[in-house]
Amino acid sequence: MTAYIAKRLIAMVPVLFGLSIIVFMVMALIPGDTATAILGAYATPENVERINRDLGLDKPLVQQYFIWIGNVLHGDFGRSFTLNRPVLAEVMDRFGATLILAGTALVLCSLIGLLAGIVSAVRQFGWADRIITFVVLAGISMPSFWLGLLLILVFAVTWRVLPASGMYAVYGGGDLPDLLYHLILPAATLSVVAAGVIARLTRSAMLEVLRQDFIRTARAKGVSETRVIYAHAFRAAIVSVIPVIGIQAGFVLGGAVYIETVFQWPGIGAMMVKAISTRDILLVQGGVLVVAASYVLFNLMADVVQTMLDPRIRT
Amino acid sequence: MSLALQDNVTAPAGPQRISTFKLLLQSRLASIGLVILLLLVAIVLLAPLLPLVHPDQTAPANRLIRPFVTAAHWLGTDQLGRDLLSRLVWGSRVSIAVGFAATLVAALIGSVIGLVSGYAGGRTDNLMMRGIDMLMAFPYILLALAIVAALGPGLMNALYAIAIVNIPFFARNVRGVTLGLAHREFVDAARLSGKGHLSILWSEVLPNVAPVIVITMSTTAGWMILETAGLSFLGLGAQPPQADLGSMLGEGRAQLFTAPHVAIVPGLMIFVIVISLNLLGDGVRDALDPGLKSGALSRPGPVTRIDRTKPAPPNSQPEAILSIEQLETGFSNGNSTTPAVRGVSLHLDRGECLGLIGESGSGKSVTALSIMGLVASPPGVITGGAIYLDGEDVLSMPETRLISLRGSKVAYIFQDPLTTLHPTYTIGQQVAEAIAAHQSLGRRELRERAIALLEQVRIPDAAARADHYPHQLSGGQRQRVGIAMALANDPDVIIADEPTTALDVTVQAEILSLLKQLQTERRMALLFITHDFGVVAQICDRVAVMKDGEIVETGQTRTVLTRPHHPYTKRLIACVPEIGDGDRFLPRVEKLMASQTKEAAQ
Repeated sequence: MTAYIAKRLIAMVPVLFGLSIIVFMVMALIPGDTATAILGAYATPENVERINRDLGLDKPLVQQYFIWIGNVLHGDFGRSFTLNRPVLAEVMDRFGATLILAGTALVLCSLIGLLAGIVSAVRQFGWADRIITFVVLAGISMPSFWLGLLLILVFAVTWRVLPASGMYAVYGGGDLPDLLYHLILPAATLSVVAAGVIARLTRSAMLEVLRQDFIRTARAKGVSETRVIYAHAFRAAIVSVIPVIGIQAGFVLGGAVYIETVFQWPGIGAMMVKAISTRDILLVQGGVLVVAASYVLFNLMADVVQTMLDPRIRT
Repeated sequence: MSLALQDNVTAPAGPQRISTFKLLLQSRLASIGLVILLLLVAIVLLAPLLPLVHPDQTAPANRLIRPFVTAAHWLGTDQLGRDLLSRLVWGSRVSIAVGFAATLVAALIGSVIGLVSGYAGGRTDNLMMRGIDMLMAFPYILLALAIVAALGPGLMNALYAIAIVNIPFFARNVRGVTLGLAHREFVDAARLSGKGHLSILWSEVLPNVAPVIVITMSTTAGWMILETAGLSFLGLGAQPPQADLGSMLGEGRAQLFTAPHVAIVPGLMIFVIVISLNLLGDGVRDALDPGLKSGALSRPGPVTRIDRTKPAPPNSQPEAILSIEQLETGFSNGNSTTPAVRGVSLHLDRGECLGLIGESGSGKSVTALSIMGLVASPPGVITGGAIYLDGEDVLSMPETRLISLRGSKVAYIFQDPLTTLHPTYTIGQQVAEAIAAHQSLGRRELRERAIALLEQVRIPDAAARADHYPHQLSGGQRQRVGIAMALANDPDVIIADEPTTALDVTVQAEILSLLKQLQTERRMALLFITHDFGVVAQICDRVAVMKDGEIVETGQTRTVLTRPHHPYTKRLIACVPEIGDGDRFLPRVEKLMASQTKEAAQ
């Protein structure tokens, strides 16, 4: 197992390398003079010269990349000119909030999705299945930012039971219960689409597995139906659902951009949206790189979990 | 996904297209999606002709009118007094156009990449797919954000960003199918006839890949509309005065507390567009590729459905441990039932070994599975007869009682031990579970009993082997595990459904002698199902011959073997090759097969 994880960690290196090239290329493809584009209204001759020097823009592209990645590896993502502080510091401050939100949403969507998928498969063609199938379809067709606004209207404006925005209360908050209280709406909104996708997949995986020979064997042994469904069918179905949960981590991390904007959650997504409109390219670059790298890590974790659950891949 | 898609690509495109469309219309949900979508498209196309006020015409005096209040502004007005209905129609026009355009761009570029990659194979394929993998290593929306950040906010840039992000889906699906086609005979033939690569891709490969492209388009179009709306919502797509549904929603957000309808209405519109697209997309996928049909597989219930129209026949063999009376089992397909077992009567005395022999499809396995209600249902259904186990009719028992007798009174051994054992539990756990299903024992004791059972079926080094998974064992050992599970609760009856068919001949002999020995030692009744008279001769006391769902002959093994009555029995016996038979085997069997055709003609 340790050898496997080590192998996977090593396999991550070229992926991260590729990611960094894409991020670098996207920024290098900015039309026109990069320094001016980055600085926008702040393009004074001194600033242009400083950016050109900082990014090595006077050198060939390949060399530019290596200078940039060298700096990144040393933790130097450059300086955000709008915030006038190092990009890495800002990104790390924000990333914690995003991880809390996305992590909660991921746990939530996995639990709801798996459960709904199982119920849907077990009650196939029954009313529970029909309702779940419809809710899932509605969930994955709904703009999450719109759902967020609806939930704010219902829970924060009409019923006044949950806060509409922020991570902590402005006065007197700051502890864990306060955080959870503020987390409910955004995490729930963020988990809807992913929960739908997971539910759909779990349902079809369960139906597939329930037709397998080993299920008949379990029944022939006299195992109770509950055990057949959870200990046998679900145990085999989860193996194929885990990688999808890994992929959903990406949708949740990406979807956080909308949710953080709607709920004014102080995360990396909201930061990037602001950075894009102020053309703070280095900040966007840093944010994208960190989130993408964490997604790669999420997928690695999903693979490891899958391997632990399926002895056939393990050996 | 790509693997499953390959199966239907050989279907001829011409006549299939008509039936596909019909198939699509047969799905009620897909039809609803299609109708809503056509309606919306018609409205937005006709927008210039509709009696709507100009969407950008401001009227500060009429700000934030609620919907359904005035006839002039049926859906109300926004913060600048612009008519919401008009803006909704024009905004939908932009959103739908951009979404479809993004879909087309992604489909075009992605398909080209997939075609080239799959057709060229080798290094080109490897390189291109690694590039696609890189794109997919990004969280979905994040890459779009990065692209918009580079190109600058704007509707066209949002379109490009969303299209690029979706290219991998097309590239991967198309590549998968192309890869399977690239070395098919008709492609080779085209190549040998001197056609160029481009012409082959265009005229031979593309038509076969088209369904996959359509499926991918129909399943991603909804996403693309959603995501472009999202970028506009964030202020990175459509820039004022241009407006799509996303930017309308984004602007309306400022009035959320005072006039929520300004934000709610465009969001609802996005929802309706996307849900109709998704309904249609699911329908298209199901119609073009039945293999992927979501949840088309029906789930087998715990017990076979019993639907007896006639009263249960009485038990004619009260002494027997198991007595099957006029059993009728069939498979229902909608309104009719295809019979598989037609009035089979059998009995099994205590400690006896009965062979049930017949060719594949003769109904012997269905008979065996019917005994404890293990025929997968749907579609299986028991339509008549009775099964007396120790004098009690199994088919009249409550479900829980039947389940409690499985494994304790009647145990099964199945054919292919690789698929019949659970892949993710160790064999020790699986044997222990068989015990635990009927006896409450502690963890340690369960394990000890399981190991003891594994020893009894002569698995060497059982204590260590108990921690192995089925895939780590040989076929013969796996079947020994199957036997151990069957023995776990000292059942009265063991039903072995072709337990040696999937094994090598030498292993087969070992398993047979093990089974026979255990059966005699423990005085269990054994119902042995096979298509091989050689096996029957080795271990069975009596034999029943089954053909087309009926028992055609039954008797002592020796009698049946030496003086078979039914011609079918004669043929089955003749099919066992004898040592020294050599060249004479085929002419001998041929003669008997000729008599079969004569029989059928009469």
